[in-house]
Amino acid sequence: MSSNPTPQKSTGLHVGQAAPGCKKVDPILTVDNVKKTFGGLTAVDVEHLEIPRGAITALIGPNGAGKTTLFNLLTGFDTPDTGTWDFQGTSLAGVPSFKVAQMGQVRTFQLTKALSLLTVLENMKLGAKGQKGESLLNALMPSIWKKQDDAIGEKAMELLKRFKLDAKKDDFAASLSGGQRKLLEMARALMTDPVLVMLDEPMAGVNPALTQSLLEHVLGLKEQGMTVLFVEHDMHMVRHIADWVVVMAEGRVVAEGSPDTVMKEQAVIDAYLGAHQDTDLGVVTGRIKIVSEGDAK
Amino acid sequence: MNWEAIINNTAAGLLTPTTLAFALAALGLAMHFGFAGLLNFGIAGYMAIGAYGYAIAVLTFGLPWWAGMLVGMVGSVLFSLLLGIPTLRLRGDYLAIVTIAAAEILRLLFLTTAFEDITGSADGLFGYNSRPDGSGFANSNPFPPGDYGFGPWTYNAETIWVILFGLIVLAVCTFLLWALMRSPWGRVIKGIREDEDAIRALGKNVFNYKMQALIIGGLFGSLGGMVLAAYSNVSPGVYVTSLTFFVWTALLLGGAATIFGPVVGSIIFWVMQAFLTNILPELANAGILPVSSQQASTLRFVLVGIGLMLLVIYRPQGIFGDKRELTFVK
Repeated sequence: MSSNPTPQKSTGLHVGQAAPGCKKVDPILTVDNVKKTFGGLTAVDVEHLEIPRGAITALIGPNGAGKTTLFNLLTGFDTPDTGTWDFQGTSLAGVPSFKVAQMGQVRTFQLTKALSLLTVLENMKLGAKGQKGESLLNALMPSIWKKQDDAIGEKAMELLKRFKLDAKKDDFAASLSGGQRKLLEMARALMTDPVLVMLDEPMAGVNPALTQSLLEHVLGLKEQGMTVLFVEHDMHMVRHIADWVVVMAEGRVVAEGSPDTVMKEQAVIDAYLGAHQDTDLGVVTGRIKIVSEGDAK
Repeated sequence: MNWEAIINNTAAGLLTPTTLAFALAALGLAMHFGFAGLLNFGIAGYMAIGAYGYAIAVLTFGLPWWAGMLVGMVGSVLFSLLLGIPTLRLRGDYLAIVTIAAAEILRLLFLTTAFEDITGSADGLFGYNSRPDGSGFANSNPFPPGDYGFGPWTYNAETIWVILFGLIVLAVCTFLLWALMRSPWGRVIKGIREDEDAIRALGKNVFNYKMQALIIGGLFGSLGGMVLAAYSNVSPGVYVTSLTFFVWTALLLGGAATIFGPVVGSIIFWVMQAFLTNILPELANAGILPVSSQQASTLRFVLVGIGLMLLVIYRPQGIFGDKRELTFVK
């Protein structure tokens, strides 16, 4: 991965000091006082958060920090106890998930949701918005939707080519490998022409070679003017592509900033990264003896 | 053993009003379960609504037969709304529990003596097909009295009229299902079957789609009930839970997620039923089966149960199902 040219990072996203809840120059998503409790457990308690437009923002934090819950709240898959949040100036409180998606905020899932017994091409076509043939009465008259459907099919094939899935178009999605399903889910999300793409652990369970191409796809989204918000545990990926990093722990935003500065903050190291982040795992567990420079000589 | 009679009666099972009614109900279930993934165990309730709606509209309100059938269809739509609004937000298996209970509640409402004037209680309803004022279904029979058909498929004028009517309704419903499922609407429906959250995330109103599927499948089921009612009397003893499971067997036999599967499944189911009804008592009489001939005829229901189990275990996609589906059945 080090051989890659370092992607152009977006800078100057925030106003004033980079601190939890700091103001952004052009926020696409603003969250205020969003709180969600499950019984006695406070899963998410975010006072203020702004996601910068046109940039790639990473949401990191230890397991159970409330990242996925926050995703669910922002996309209408779950409702918070209190709080308001708006997307491009429109309040999303109480808006059902499908309407959120129609507004241009599309998400993927941590556990990939490929539609198993539909073909890859059908999966893709489902993503397209405003299909005339999706209304019950129009469905009976192919003359109304045939042309649009063909156009959607062409668009889907272009995307599938980009994601190298075009040869699989007639296969059931169930026959794809785990990594291919991740690619399919991302490609399908792009069929909705989103403004904001929210990826929940896009790299989990994906082999290194595929990670590389996924990374390029994510960077490609930014080039095309989309905003990306993703949850990820792979710190190399975060460093490599994120323009802005938000760190959550125990439901709260504990740090924010550019990747390089955030990862040096003591609070982040304590809460999430750990002191041994750059050391080999074998060394941490004590199974590999460290060959110090003195020994080598 | 009288093989000629056995073969004759078996062949007759191929095309009867009951077979057509089953095919319609199974088509409705294909819409519900096969395509939309809605586990409906209350198809007997839908059939009852169709049959009772039609019969009550004619007997109590004096409507002509076609208007009575429209009433039956409206009734099934209302039943879908009543059932769907509280339950479609729940997970699939809860819908199964609610539908089986709702169908039983309906049957008991039709059975109770409280509404005997309207529902006929345990006696059921009759005399609605042929009306003195000439507005009944049988009064509109275009066939003059006499026998029609050949061999095992010889019908009198009344039956051939029901069969023709049933065939037309079945053809229309099959076409509708085919036309819907090849459209983008059908694609969304199948997507919902696979994972409704994924479909929600793509901006589709999942609840609306599920409701539409529930209503359409329910309409098919109620039409099945009406075909059954047009042929014989309406009796609460018919619309029991075991009817639901027979329709399920017919559906799974043909293939749940197919268009012609439910139709062919119903035919096979009734041909098998006719065959077993005839051969089992004969076998008992001939001393091959160590049971009385009465026991032998109930043995067929045991065999239906075994058949259903074998089907679900070894060929869950049915006869017409896509072979690839077998590999990926969840």
